[in-house]
Amino acid sequence: MSPAVRTQVGQLARRSTLRTLRQPAQVVPALVFPMLLLAVNSGGLKDATNLPGFPTDSYLTFALAVPFMQGALFSVMNAGTDLARDIETGFLNRLALTPLRGMALLSGLLAGAVVLGAVQAVVYLTVGLIAGAEFAAGAGGVIVLVALSVSITVAFGSIGLFAALRGGSGEKVQGLFPVFFVFLFLSSMALPLELIQADWFRAIATANPISYLLQAIRSLLIEGWDIGELALGFAIAAALLAIGMLASSAALKTRLVRT
Amino acid sequence: MAITSDGVKPNGIEVEALVREFKKGPRAVDGIDLRVEPGEIYGFLGPNGAGKSTTVLMLTTLLPPTGGTARVAGFDIVSEGPRVRSAIGAALQDAALDPLLTGREHMRLQTALHGIAKDEREARGNELLERVGLSRAADRKVGGYSGGMKRRLDLALGLAHEPRILFLDEPTTGLDIQSRTALWEEVARLAAEDGVTVFLTTQYLEEADALANRVGIIDHGRIVAEGTPAALKAEIGRPTVEAVPHDPADHERMAAVLGRFGELAGASPKAAAVRLAGGESQLAEVVRALDAEGIAIEHLQLHAPSLDDVFLTKTGRSLEGAEEAEAEAEEAAAEEAGVA
Repeated sequence: MSPAVRTQVGQLARRSTLRTLRQPAQVVPALVFPMLLLAVNSGGLKDATNLPGFPTDSYLTFALAVPFMQGALFSVMNAGTDLARDIETGFLNRLALTPLRGMALLSGLLAGAVVLGAVQAVVYLTVGLIAGAEFAAGAGGVIVLVALSVSITVAFGSIGLFAALRGGSGEKVQGLFPVFFVFLFLSSMALPLELIQADWFRAIATANPISYLLQAIRSLLIEGWDIGELALGFAIAAALLAIGMLASSAALKTRLVRT
Repeated sequence: MAITSDGVKPNGIEVEALVREFKKGPRAVDGIDLRVEPGEIYGFLGPNGAGKSTTVLMLTTLLPPTGGTARVAGFDIVSEGPRVRSAIGAALQDAALDPLLTGREHMRLQTALHGIAKDEREARGNELLERVGLSRAADRKVGGYSGGMKRRLDLALGLAHEPRILFLDEPTTGLDIQSRTALWEEVARLAAEDGVTVFLTTQYLEEADALANRVGIIDHGRIVAEGTPAALKAEIGRPTVEAVPHDPADHERMAAVLGRFGELAGASPKAAAVRLAGGESQLAEVVRALDAEGIAIEHLQLHAPSLDDVFLTKTGRSLEGAEEAEAEAEEAAAEEAGVA
């Protein structure tokens, strides 16, 4: 990366981080709502731990992985609506008049998602542990969990950027939220894959990459260190990020028609 | 290629048969030719939707033309986009600022993205903030700025990399008189002292009149008149007399009398107006004729020719009344270039 591009990424990352920190309305819901859902789910579904083969006797520990995914969904909205606002206000055109590289713009815009992902991971884990969840991986696992959370949040954020560049408005980005929530529900969110009884549901959940992201997080919470699960989780996050960035890069070329 | 004898690209703008056609709309810009000389302030005057902003988007490389050619600072706007962008600064319609950042943070971002050395960024930012009178507000979030402050910051950001040519797209729209005048002074100073070429679009006649060395009047995507404001007005040459009868019932009779002295012109509902075919010297005759007909005058005013008269003569419509009909094409342009 050339010094000029490094400067561009750094400055845009700074802006993205400042924007995220200066918008409590972006940060607070991403922290509070997943915790509320965790409280509801872990209370209402705790009998699921009686199912033969359920990996833990604490449903709270099992369910604690879900807020990380819900938080990542908020990053789709946050990264996407921020960029959509730049398009709507003409700020993107201001940036287009500088020697800014497209990939530097996209990378810089995801810096806010990095911050959000890290903050979310720390808050979710802290609240979960206070509420009685287990964390089998120990202190070293916290770092891996934060890294995994950041990876997933950034990967989902890149999809938000793509949605903004294609749709061009915050409303269109926000319209994606229910779609992503459906994907979350059609995963191993509530039960391990092997305990899902309905064949169609299990087939969809097995094909759904979110299931493996959840399993990677759960492996740290429940099992300790499962390198295979963790590697798969990081690989899926990296693949989603690559797809999101490539799609966003192509959409940026269409959106920015500068000569 | 336009290169001076010493090999330096001039700061001018040359446009030939420039066209922008949209898939679902009319030709927003329909084959315009213009030339802006280095150091000149060129006023691009026209109603909303006439094609002003579409032209600016093309000249600033943000929207490719569908026909014709243009060179900005000696560089082709299609094949040498990055070079054009390095030579120009722009403040596009509606100051595009981030309400969550401060003025100083905007300057820091802009100077860094333009590749200004790290140890020079702060000084450059401070200098520009000082120049536009925003030093005291530099650490406040832009969301709390007034319209005039936003426009001044927008201008400062456009100057961050010391551009040779500055594009200002309706820079004073929505501003109060005081803010407008302050911006005019700064733009005039940039051209006079720094030699910056300014391409300024406006829908305000007085702005073009006060600032521009030359004016191009655009309507329906075509340039209908071009020249210095004085020359354009001299071309029209005929002052207008506008009179209001004391008794509103005399309005038609008054118009008939005025009609003897030239072509009737647009006026407020209570008034009648005539463009004096014989010039200002006919004013006394007009008053005598109205008196002879027994029409009492409540108000009478002599208007020197204005750029609106030029627009009216060239297009058959008043500039103020031409706006709504032409707004759609400009909106299509903005949408295609990703501008709200």
